[in-house]
Amino acid sequence: MVDEATLKALEEKVTELRRLVEQDGLALDDELALLERRLEELRREYFAKLSDWDRVKLARDPRRPTGIELVEQVFDDFYELRGDRLLRDDPALRGGLAKLSGKPLVVLFHQKGKTLEEQKRYRFGMAGPAGYRKAVRLMELAGRLRLPLVSLVDTPGAYPGVEAESHNIAGTIAQCLQTMLGLPVPTVAVIVGEGGSGGAVAIACADRVLMLEYAIYSVISPEGAAAILWKDQKAAPKAAEALGLSAPKLKDLGIIDEVLPEPLGGAHSDPQATAATVRTALERHLSELSSLPLDKLLSLRYKRYRHAGSYRELEGRP
Amino acid sequence: MPIWKDEKKSKREYVEVTPSRAEDLWLRCQSCGELVFRKKLAQNSYICPHCGAYFFLSAQERIASLVDEGSARDVTAPLVANDPLGFVDRKPYPERVKEAQRETGLLDAVAVVEAEIGGHPVVLAVMDFRFIGGSMGSVVGEQLCLAMERAIESRSPFVLVAASGGARVQEGVLSLLQMPKTVLVRRKLAEAGVPYIAVFTYPTTGGVLASIASLADITLAERGTRIGFAGPRVIEQTTKEKLPPDFQTEGFALAHGMVDQVVPREALRDELARILAILDGGRDGG
Repeated sequence: MVDEATLKALEEKVTELRRLVEQDGLALDDELALLERRLEELRREYFAKLSDWDRVKLARDPRRPTGIELVEQVFDDFYELRGDRLLRDDPALRGGLAKLSGKPLVVLFHQKGKTLEEQKRYRFGMAGPAGYRKAVRLMELAGRLRLPLVSLVDTPGAYPGVEAESHNIAGTIAQCLQTMLGLPVPTVAVIVGEGGSGGAVAIACADRVLMLEYAIYSVISPEGAAAILWKDQKAAPKAAEALGLSAPKLKDLGIIDEVLPEPLGGAHSDPQATAATVRTALERHLSELSSLPLDKLLSLRYKRYRHAGSYRELEGRP
Repeated sequence: MPIWKDEKKSKREYVEVTPSRAEDLWLRCQSCGELVFRKKLAQNSYICPHCGAYFFLSAQERIASLVDEGSARDVTAPLVANDPLGFVDRKPYPERVKEAQRETGLLDAVAVVEAEIGGHPVVLAVMDFRFIGGSMGSVVGEQLCLAMERAIESRSPFVLVAASGGARVQEGVLSLLQMPKTVLVRRKLAEAGVPYIAVFTYPTTGGVLASIASLADITLAERGTRIGFAGPRVIEQTTKEKLPPDFQTEGFALAHGMVDQVVPREALRDELARILAILDGGRDGG
């Protein structure tokens, strides 16, 4: 049985060896080819039987392409717009204008970091009220200028802090939902890493919701659920399984529209291929949505969210 | 007459009465230890006559404390939760639901009535914290939507008494989607020009606060409530911040511009009647 640590160690070795061969010109091609073959075998084995907890770790892997890396590869001419016009610019939730197949749109995305220093700067992708106010601002801009809205979701959740609470983080997320649901333009969300709770759904209540294969989308973190329901931090893997947070499961439940396949080894093993997949899917969904008359678009959106949920009529009631 | 004789003592006290069985004639106040006669407690808005501590209110008790006597008609839809994920933590989810139903006499964490407050017709939805922490799953989301649609239909103001720990974990992302779902219908309510008044009671937190509860036209907070997005423990663990003593209290919410008024429990009914009267063009209510 291959574990995550073995896989990671081998991945690092291959990366290092490739660098030696490609940059320093060492004649180690045979060794590299051998290790690469072995890595592929291990990856096949590992990815063939991923647990949901494995998926959680993959979704959070700091090597995964971050928001800006995807945006730069998926779109053309990304032009960043900053600030909430009240207090500041939140680096954990970014956005701006961009083009896709020659057509302008507005993009919103969570930003995580790769190094610890970056992660701190971006607060691990946890945006506060300023971030969600900026999101509202850019959503409104998209509505005014009749530009489609695309969001790339990758956050553990909204930032939990005294300042966030003082500045009404909950109300700001509610504003986001209210604004996004009313936009007179097509909206597409792609969950590219972590879709953590309210901070995710705030910019993911779109006409189409897509997910990268190893992304997760959850009402609460597995650790949070473990603490609350199992009263045991160690129950997080069990909680991950119970929460139904994987892309295939959410597709089965009808919550998302499409699972976007990732390269073997996950998005970080080939960021360009990942970006190309996202790009193609966005082009297709946006072109479908853009061909709909506005009233049809809005009535489909209404149906989608009005009927969200699972319940039944009480039996045996007069 | 407000009964806040000793504000300091009674300010943050909440007394839990679970299960609140109708056959218990006497209830012990967990705050001061005194026995209180149930009837007397009901007459006193479920505030301990000895120390001023608030008892938890069930949805049924809350409705009775707010509406004109005999005016309430239960319009809660006959809906019960499914178990879309086959969720089992320390207990299977359907078992939790059944237990909560037995304990509360409710189908899920919200009851909806058509009633009058001070002679003004309203559609009133009241959440019940005893039912799996007042969490919002598919049934709660649907009930709130149906209640708002009923308010649009009858052109009566919609009043939500919120009491919720957040989204219902056991229904996974389907619970999360109750946030956009309720917000969507709230938009319809706004388009129809029907007023929406929210009352935050203990506690109003998480996904309910981050969706439907925060989008009212007028927002009242009951004294002694807790209002916040993230739990204090999560905040302390994530940020290592020291929390101010009034953190996430109704006073904190008022000071930071999140609510219009803080109202003591015994004054809530009159406060609502007053607002409804103003919105009703000053017509004198009953």
